Amino acid sequence: MTLFSFLQKRSSAPVARERLQILLAHERAIAGKSDLVAVLQEEILTVIAKHVTVEREKVQIKLDRGSPVSTLEIGIEMPTPVVVPN
Amino acid sequence: MAKVLVVTSGKGGVGKTTSTAAIGAALAQGGENVAVVDFDVGLRNLDLIMGAERRVVFDLINVIQGEAKLAQALIRDRRIDTLSLLPASQTRDKEALTAEGVARVMEELREKFDWVVCDSPAGIERGATLAMYHADVAVIVTNPEVSSVRDSDRIIGLLDSKTARAEKGERVEKHLLISRFDPARALRGEMLKTEDVLEILSIPLLGIIPESQEVLRASNLGSPITLSNPNSAPARAYFDAVKRLQGQTIAVTVPHERRGFMGKLFGRRVAVA
Repeated sequence: MTLFSFLQKRSSAPVARERLQILLAHERAIAGKSDLVAVLQEEILTVIAKHVTVEREKVQIKLDRGSPVSTLEIGIEMPTPVVVPN
Repeated sequence: MAKVLVVTSGKGGVGKTTSTAAIGAALAQGGENVAVVDFDVGLRNLDLIMGAERRVVFDLINVIQGEAKLAQALIRDRRIDTLSLLPASQTRDKEALTAEGVARVMEELREKFDWVVCDSPAGIERGATLAMYHADVAVIVTNPEVSSVRDSDRIIGLLDSKTARAEKGERVEKHLLISRFDPARALRGEMLKTEDVLEILSIPLLGIIPESQEVLRASNLGSPITLSNPNSAPARAYFDAVKRLQGQTIAVTVPHERRGFMGKLFGRRVAVA
């Protein structure tokens, strides 16, 4: 009986290990990238502010990681007429 | 030169406070001058595990806010005179834990002690980030279980980016402490193996603390396990871990309970059943 159930039941630790390896590979990649988005947002804001007056929350940056390509989406809502800072 | 050590994990309930008490006591038992500091503002427990819950007058927040001097808030252990506790506040708001205040207290602790052992709260909020910020050494307590390993990975990432050392381009020395380890279950493939956890987290192993009833007994008594039962399997594992922290090279084994003849007989029967 013991032997039979042993054959039937696959040990769960290898499954745990595999799931963790896949998950953490993904999460480690994201952890680095989310900082990248914040840095890009700040720098893009600075560049735009030099030429046009925009509100901070009107600059949206989105990074979509996909395979085979990832996309960086930058949405900037500008007031009309365009206000040029002095 | 004082060393600041943080005991952290991300996940709650893995054994941070137990480990802080055991590591702090083991260091002090070896003659080092040690302060253990509770950073879990609002949910303090290190005082209870150390058996000093009725001796708390002032706490970390009082010192930060200038309402008490550090010397007034430190509680000297009655069993080992080189061990002191700086309790957290149970009633104050977590927001009272300021970066400048913590920096000031840590600097003063560094002058007075050889080791400052910080017990981090669970999570990655202010308490946890401030507990790790000044660390030279980090002990990451992990249970061989998926959610604990995942949270430890996150904490390792923070130790590498959000600490004073990381900001200076230096590294925090990181060590993995596997706790609540059950050798029988690991052997049967029901629990992540030590090698698996090490491979996934890729930081050096400080020790393996076996699951043991002695840990609960020590908490019940309000005594670090290295004091209440120094010959128990978990206590021996903590003593070895502390020697490794101090730079000694000792092979890592999983300590087991020393049993009498009847115990051995009984233990074997359980393993076969």
